[in-house]
Amino acid sequence: MVEFALPRNSQVKTGKTHKAPAGAKKVKTFRVYRWNPDDGQNPHIDSYEIDLADCAPMVLDALIKIKNEIDPTLTFRRSCREGICGSCAMNIDGTNTLACTKAIEDIDGDVKIYPLPHMPVIKDLVPDLTHFYAQYASIKPWMQTQSPAPARERLQSKEDRDKIDGLYECILCACCSTSCPSYWWNGDRYLGPAILLQAYRWIIDSRDEMTGERLDNLEDPFRLYRCHTIMNCAKTCPKGLNPAKAIAEIKKLMVERRV
Amino acid sequence: MAQVERPLSPHLQIYRLPLTAIMSITHRITGVGLGIGTLVLTWWLLAAAMGPEAYATFVKWVPGFWLGKLVLFGFSLAFFVHFCNGIRHLYWDTGRGFLPTESAQSDKVVLVCAAILTVLTWVVAFALMGRA
Repeated sequence: MVEFALPRNSQVKTGKTHKAPAGAKKVKTFRVYRWNPDDGQNPHIDSYEIDLADCAPMVLDALIKIKNEIDPTLTFRRSCREGICGSCAMNIDGTNTLACTKAIEDIDGDVKIYPLPHMPVIKDLVPDLTHFYAQYASIKPWMQTQSPAPARERLQSKEDRDKIDGLYECILCACCSTSCPSYWWNGDRYLGPAILLQAYRWIIDSRDEMTGERLDNLEDPFRLYRCHTIMNCAKTCPKGLNPAKAIAEIKKLMVERRV
Repeated sequence: MAQVERPLSPHLQIYRLPLTAIMSITHRITGVGLGIGTLVLTWWLLAAAMGPEAYATFVKWVPGFWLGKLVLFGFSLAFFVHFCNGIRHLYWDTGRGFLPTESAQSDKVVLVCAAILTVLTWVVAFALMGRA
């Protein structure tokens, strides 16, 4: 359901300000969304003034610096710090991206950091992705075959292999799905760009033999057709992939198999 | 563990919507506007069918009144924005034009074409009115 305003318990208040240390040379303010499940308070924005002269270049570096040196209660996910695990996906400067690959110097003014949009918050910058992963499982993201297993690997021509370029690189960080207004309003039933890109990755794989069943599963006014080509997904993907295009290709296959 | 009611993270409030996204919601708003605007069109047809007196009333309130003119202008603009963006949707349906650079370009094409068509329509309309 479309609900533009935030529920009462989700409205964001102003929080504390942590001043820069004396003698700081290059101060940048980080305004970070905070919510603690244990204190019964509403979410709030805490401000941290960081001396960039004493901080590594990425937004994730600044978050780690805050956690190490200023406020150990700040909670966020991170792992690989090189854009391959997808853990540190968050909303930075109004756009979803990975904190580890977003350079601080690319942001004008204060750095505003929120969790991925329109998601239930577990704590601070950590969203609950349970539903997202359940939707992923629903498209059966593995190779399904019916023909007897050959003595060796199932082979694929070079041309067929090329078809999954731009798809297999998806790291399931959920930046695209949580940038999509359609997913905001109908995420309970609409699969969203990330999951549909993954679905297309298996539909187009020449080795998979359940293409028809996969398309049947998507032939639904909500699961597939809530995509209205808003294009936020393609614009925001930190890996430069194009979920909107993958969805358009699925829609084309739906038409082609009917004619 | 006690169940806590989790807050919903901010969305529209904080997301910096790209132009393509704004065009998308504009498409929907103009669509609704055109639906409502069709009532004026219906009024026009009804008035024409009912005779000279009814038609004179229509002329007095719609093309002959500044607010009516404004509504007509808004209707024409909404029509051409919706029309041009609709053509872009048809193009998208063929699986083309999905690169973010391409959609940023087609945003501008749609807006410029809609503006040109609207201005052209009104230039022609005023020229015809001047002759009448």
